[in-house]
Amino acid sequence: MSRIAVRRATNAAMNILAALAALVVILPLVLILGFLIFRGSTALNVAFFVHLPTPVGEPGGGMANAITGSLTLIGLAAAGGVPLGILGGVYLAQSRDRRLPWLCRFLADVLNGVPSIVIGIFAYTLIVLPMRRFSALAGGVALGVIMLPIILRTTEELVRMVPASLQEAALALGLPQWKVVLHVVLPTARAGIITGVMVAVARIAGETAPLLFTAFGNRFWHRRLDEPIAALPLQIFSYAISPFDDWHRQAWAGALVLISLVLVMSLLARLATKGLYNRRGTYG
Amino acid sequence: MADGIRITRLNAWFGPRQVLRDIDLAVVPRSVTAIIGPSGCGKSTCVRCINRMHEVVPGARVAGRVELNGEDLYAPGADPVEVRRRIGMVFQKPNPFPTMSIFDNVAAGLRLAGVRNRAALHEAVERALHHAALWDEVKDELGKSGAGLSGGQQQRLCIARALAVEPEVLLMDEPCSALDPIATAKIEELIMELRKELTIVIVTHNMQQAARVSEWTAYFLLGELIEFGPTRGLFTSPRDSRTEDYVTGRFG
Repeated sequence: MSRIAVRRATNAAMNILAALAALVVILPLVLILGFLIFRGSTALNVAFFVHLPTPVGEPGGGMANAITGSLTLIGLAAAGGVPLGILGGVYLAQSRDRRLPWLCRFLADVLNGVPSIVIGIFAYTLIVLPMRRFSALAGGVALGVIMLPIILRTTEELVRMVPASLQEAALALGLPQWKVVLHVVLPTARAGIITGVMVAVARIAGETAPLLFTAFGNRFWHRRLDEPIAALPLQIFSYAISPFDDWHRQAWAGALVLISLVLVMSLLARLATKGLYNRRGTYG
Repeated sequence: MADGIRITRLNAWFGPRQVLRDIDLAVVPRSVTAIIGPSGCGKSTCVRCINRMHEVVPGARVAGRVELNGEDLYAPGADPVEVRRRIGMVFQKPNPFPTMSIFDNVAAGLRLAGVRNRAALHEAVERALHHAALWDEVKDELGKSGAGLSGGQQQRLCIARALAVEPEVLLMDEPCSALDPIATAKIEELIMELRKELTIVIVTHNMQQAARVSEWTAYFLLGELIEFGPTRGLFTSPRDSRTEDYVTGRFG
């Protein structure tokens, strides 16, 4: 065989291998989604989105309180985790000091590796015990703590990727450092930071363990943030381990809603930042 | 009172490495001063000391005096932000802000300094773009991203951005080294135009460029100022043999 033919054959083989690898990577996601749609869609109807859960034996009912509960918890967690994470990430990327950022980075990586149930215990000790009640607030804090290191480290990486020449250009225009960060550095890194935030949201949306003894769950609507609150993962968990077929179907539907929620949020974030990706592309 | 820029016994370091040694240099107002010399001779560092950009690099240090119209820019009370507002800078590689439109790029300095009046901003942007000889090429696409322009246009956009805040001095750090000859010719034409109103210090690798655009030339070697004088004299009858070696192409 001539040399060029060998190269062509190798190229073709590698192309096929790479395509196969890509397929294998997305296969689990496709299977999970397919299975969820298959099992979950039967219990999915309008009532599922607008009604409270019904008592055992009574057919119908929904998870409306768990859907709003999950959104509330994600909102609470993001209200603390997103600004703190982004500000901290900017600090880590821009500080001239060596020791404190090193320590922060190290601790953030440790925190990222702490099992989520331990973070639940932390929130329980910090908030539930002094308040003497389970609450949405405690759940939000637990999820926020899980979010924090993810956003912190992604922001740091992305701020570091902003070319130094842009910062110099802004400084040379006579802008103070904080305006340089706010108007030049963060907008340039925005698309990536939003992706990081969405990864963190996806991670906490499915967390169950830290909510068990913080948010606790609630079969009714919550009225205040210092009350126990329902959440989709908790509801799925309690329905899935119940002995009733009806509840099993609802648990499948809940899982489908949860995963769709995360998908829709990620898609919206992508669409909102699509233009920014393109502009970044033409710059480099 | 001395007008223009007066540099006295300027020393600069990157960490332990000294990159400038006892530089004394006086820049005449409303003229073009070129700084030439081989790579690593400290010419970029020297201009970055003038607008206090050298200290932005971690570990970098400056000692000495730099005066603008008699005012010490390194006095204890001097604010680097204020210094940079008075002394504009154009960099080697065009660096327009990628997230901003052409208009926003030029308006950035004014807008972020607190100018809110739309009419005033429009007027300033148009004037700066005219000044930078870019207006005719971009007047119909001010809303588009500056990143879509050609390299030469991007560099003129950066010049317009620097001019919009109406600096007294414009520092240019090898502004043409990333550009083709036609774009370079345009920038050089622009420099000839700007020197009527501005004091310009330009760092260049290109001796022909220094000869074409500048009235004064400084030759740097290994962090020292070897020779400084009228451009014509420095190129035709250099006083120092090291300058002669360099300008005649025997070295560097």
